Amino acid sequence: MEKFVTHTGTAIPLRRSNVDTDQIIPAVYLKRVTKSGFEDGLFAAWRNDPEFVLNQPQYKAATILVAGVDFGTGSSREHAVWALQNYGFKAVISSRFADIFRGNSLKGGLLTVILPQENVEKIWAAIEEDPTASVTVDLEAKNVRLGNEVYPFELDDYTRWRLMEGLDDIGLTLKNIDFVTAYESSRPSYKPKTLPARS
Amino acid sequence: MSKTLAEKIWGEHIVRSAQGEPDLIYIDLHLIHEVTSAQAFDGLRLAGRQVRRPDLTIATEDHNTPTLNIDLPIADPVSKLQVDTLRQNCAEFGVRIHSLGDAEQGIVHVVGPQLGLTQPGMTIVCGDSHTSTHGAFGALAFGIGTSEVEHVLATQTLPLVRPKTMAINVDGVLPDGVTAKDVILAIIAKIGTGGGQGYVIEYRGSAIRALSMEGRMTICNMSIEAGARAGLIAPDEKTFEYVRTKPHAPQGADWDAALAYWKTLTTDADAKFDVEISLKAEELAPFVTWGTNPGQGLPLNASVPNPAEIADIEERGAAERALTYMGLEAGVPLKSIKVDTIFLGSCTNGRIEDLRAAAAILKGKKKADSVRMLVVPGSARVRLQAEEEGLDKVFIDFGAEWRNAGCSMCLGMNPDQLAVGERSASTSNRNFEGRQGKGGRTHLVSPLVAAATAIRGTLSSPADL
Ligand code: SF4
Repeated sequence: MEKFVTHTGTAIPLRRSNVDTDQIIPAVYLKRVTKSGFEDGLFAAWRNDPEFVLNQPQYKAATILVAGVDFGTGSSREHAVWALQNYGFKAVISSRFADIFRGNSLKGGLLTVILPQENVEKIWAAIEEDPTASVTVDLEAKNVRLGNEVYPFELDDYTRWRLMEGLDDIGLTLKNIDFVTAYESSRPSYKPKTLPARS
Repeated sequence: MSKTLAEKIWGEHIVRSAQGEPDLIYIDLHLIHEVTSAQAFDGLRLAGRQVRRPDLTIATEDHNTPTLNIDLPIADPVSKLQVDTLRQNCAEFGVRIHSLGDAEQGIVHVVGPQLGLTQPGMTIVCGDSHTSTHGAFGALAFGIGTSEVEHVLATQTLPLVRPKTMAINVDGVLPDGVTAKDVILAIIAKIGTGGGQGYVIEYRGSAIRALSMEGRMTICNMSIEAGARAGLIAPDEKTFEYVRTKPHAPQGADWDAALAYWKTLTTDADAKFDVEISLKAEELAPFVTWGTNPGQGLPLNASVPNPAEIADIEERGAAERALTYMGLEAGVPLKSIKVDTIFLGSCTNGRIEDLRAAAAILKGKKKADSVRMLVVPGSARVRLQAEEEGLDKVFIDFGAEWRNAGCSMCLGMNPDQLAVGERSASTSNRNFEGRQGKGGRTHLVSPLVAAATAIRGTLSSPADL
């Protein structure tokens, strides 16, 4: 997992609430056998509409998604996080996220930032006026900066540390891999092995 | 301190424990199949990681593989992609695989025990919820998600929160015609599909001890249907004898050491379970489900329940919805229900003893004209064994279809599916809406009831013949 300390980029306004994971990535895209390449399924139904904000050239390079309330409800599919990341998003800002989606995102290294709705509205207004405005999501300082405005947010210390170190669950276990090696050195020899194959 | 069997196995596999963190648990065996492993391997590839212990990992193809024409390329493109991907991943990461056509191919939970890779005292995981099957050997075995599959591939461990323990005691002697499947269906009907949530169940008592290893696998297999992540049975002489003759059984001095260890794998006499439940074997009867979850079951002699008589509002609503979906009227005797399809197979009841038990009833009989019967051995090895014993002839003469090994109609991911409104008597483990095909209606039964039903065309037990 990539470390997330601070990220600066442009942002895209998604003025919709209750965006469920079926809308983020429809079920027909789930048959893939990879964790990558889901970007074409991201918001697939909405992207048929040329007016949809993701189709507007001024927002093509955006890396921060600013969404309405209750983002990520519905099915628990991990693919929703993969699709947003595959598309290039590093962070999503909303005033409320669905629990499972938020859990999946923070496990997978996509920073979900909770700001009060009034601040979300202010960011929307600013990036609609100037799509090239630079937005900084600073995990170290726990704030979002845009122009002269500073919007603070909260995140528990353990998750923040894990994201700043770039540690997914596997990364965390690998930090303790010496314990695993030590355990293996005392495993009894009668425990079965699949290799070499016997039949 | 006194410990239960599950606590002993847990304790022996702790790699690291720290205050306020889950225990890091070592995994002795990781079983893999085509449907839940692709993204895990892809995750390893993206992070530049290796499979830490290919020698503790084994793959087979089972969930979506066809049971006909297995020498031809797989016709369904999604299945083909998943199977091809598994083969490539195993080749790239050095994992042993048993592919379609190989004598050791089959349902992952049939393959592990028959190779002797499932042994007492182990921790075993697989990206499939019926991994609990392996608990029959006194192993701690449970299903995991795709992210966890990746975690085990990379580290051979999992961070886990210690489960609570539940004892289910079944004492006495089972009446004639009552099988392991009836016992577990009765248990689930008693404690409900959520009754085991958060627990590891240990099945105990004289009726459990009296079961064969294959019967014990049937019981442990369906632990998940009671909400428990794992179920296990203390190993005994039957277990040791079963493992002893298998290809991966410990040899020489290793056998002696293993046996000495396995004999310690019992719950201490004064150990405490968080919950204890008891059933009397004498009171059990052939069981069948009437609804759309495995807890909605009754003895075969009963009638379809009347939702109006169910006190609990949630349960009443669930029963009403189930009867509508199943196309059943309250009060109708279960034995009058006509079925269209008989499915004999799955990791619950697709082993050689299941096929033998059904064949003994079908021998010399003809199937009811109105039904079709699919016999799908749990593994290619089981199929070969059955053919050696002439069971295939019995099934074919009876009018059944003799198929190749796989999950098949248990989950209908391959072409073996129920049509809309079609009704089955199935030896599998889930009767959820659409599980065996969109709009299909499933009655879960034992192999004996499946056989008797195939003869009469209505839900029946061998005693009705
Ligand atoms: S037979 Fe059914 S329950 Fe068993 S592993 Fe296959 S799909 Fe799962």
